[in-house]
Amino acid sequence: MQNVTESSGISKNFGTTKALNDISFSVNESEIFGFIGPDGAGKTTLFRIITTLMLPDEGEIKVFGMNCTTDYKELRKNIGYMPGRFSLYQDLTVEENLNFYATVFGTTVEENYELISDIYSHIEPFKKRAAGKLSGGMKQKLALSCALIHKPKLLVLDEPTTGVDAVSRSEFWDMLGKLRQHNITIIVSTPYMDEAMRCDKVALIQDGKILAIDAPQKIRDGFSRKLFTVKSVEKYKLLNTLRKYPMTLTAYPFGDSAHVTFINDMVDNSLFDYLIKEGISDAVVQAAEAGIEDRFLELMNKTE
Amino acid sequence: MKNQVITVKNLVKNFGSFVANDNLNFEVFRGEIFGFLGANGAGKTTTIRILSGLSKPTSGEVKVAGFDAYRQTEQIKKNIGYMCQKFSLYEDLTVKENIILYGGIYGISKSLIKERIAKLLANLRFQEYENRIIADLPLGLRQKLAFSVAVLHEPKIVFLDEPTGGVDPITRRQFWEMIYETASRGITVFVTTHYMDEAEYCDRISIMNEGKIVALDTPENLKKQYNAATIEDVFIKIARPVSLHPHPPAPFSQERRG
Repeated sequence: MQNVTESSGISKNFGTTKALNDISFSVNESEIFGFIGPDGAGKTTLFRIITTLMLPDEGEIKVFGMNCTTDYKELRKNIGYMPGRFSLYQDLTVEENLNFYATVFGTTVEENYELISDIYSHIEPFKKRAAGKLSGGMKQKLALSCALIHKPKLLVLDEPTTGVDAVSRSEFWDMLGKLRQHNITIIVSTPYMDEAMRCDKVALIQDGKILAIDAPQKIRDGFSRKLFTVKSVEKYKLLNTLRKYPMTLTAYPFGDSAHVTFINDMVDNSLFDYLIKEGISDAVVQAAEAGIEDRFLELMNKTE
Repeated sequence: MKNQVITVKNLVKNFGSFVANDNLNFEVFRGEIFGFLGANGAGKTTTIRILSGLSKPTSGEVKVAGFDAYRQTEQIKKNIGYMCQKFSLYEDLTVKENIILYGGIYGISKSLIKERIAKLLANLRFQEYENRIIADLPLGLRQKLAFSVAVLHEPKIVFLDEPTGGVDPITRRQFWEMIYETASRGITVFVTTHYMDEAEYCDRISIMNEGKIVALDTPENLKKQYNAATIEDVFIKIARPVSLHPHPPAPFSQERRG
């Protein structure tokens, strides 16, 4: 498989802030590669470097074998970039924006229409509307269409699903899955941990450092303890009670249950005795498979 | 008998011919954590603006903290707190200055502000940041501080509009523990979120779609009713976004003032 992006030892500082600290990764052709991490982790800075819009202080990065620092003119023809903030012309119509981006890259909408038809067909009925007057979901589809109109080989999407509701997020990931058929490699960032499972490979990123890089399932497998879910109607009381239990290592709220690890990696009757003594008699305990977020929490605690 | 802090009966809000809130009916109780969910554009912001005294209903009955949403909006504002993801604190003021400013706005006496500053900073283990400007604080700390400031005046209800967007997983959990603690003191927490696992932390949730409330119950009951393993599954089953419709005018820009 061909290597699309290869980076080694990328660092970038803004004043005294280390935005990126020794970032190395490689992305293969037709892969969906996700950078998962909170705001301020360095995702946007990294994406600006990948898309040749910013230079790293240290390290080297190559895209399609070309150097991001010196070969940027050629590289930009091959990269489609959708920034986190909506950056199209608000006072141009949907159609005008799309034509504009096609023209800038020396192509036409007709030539590459097939690539965007799936996405663009949703907003085509409103092609005479100013881009600034579209809903969030429609803006997102237009921005994606504009990023794709020159048929790039690499698509870089900075937090395309942030602030988007669960249904639209799921639909967006379905669209990305379809783009894979056109041999487009996708680098995408998200703060939503659950979206990691939609990627072929993910890098967990926090404070400018990569905590882990692997296939999402392998990252889950990397969880080092036995994980249990504990459920009770009194969620907050349960959590505080579990934390006082001497054998508890970690206890975090996760949806309708608490995710708990124990020093001896097992559950016995003394836990139930303890919970009943503390007034929680309805606790249900089950062994569970760790998710991406469990692993992220574990890695965060290790680095702190 | 449970203590109602929000009562909404037959609430309708129109913007021109567009119906943003279509006959809403619900109640929220004292000390409850109430999750207010819905797809983008479903009408949540419109409702929150009415409940916080910033916008008046077209018709229907709305009471917040015992006050009427048509005539007593100023009293409503004094009895609620509000925090959203985008703006909550002044970035070029210090932590302490922000607390003093908000305390003053809410009419808390100087001596009481002093007392609450000390308590608040101690609770957040924030003493070392007292004289730092907000712009220099990590996002997670800012959001926790913003929440503390939103309940500084001990409101009856606090509205949280996507309070945890973009924060790291540890901070997100600490934030929810602050919510639990606040609710246990009797303050009602009214929260919107796009993190469906967070919906499970709520006592009850409502799901809005196209201006209507299409579901309202405890997370447990909703999962049973829709035969779903998680609230995300429930949400995907019933909260269809209107992807093929042009977006209605934004509620913030369209309302005529005066």
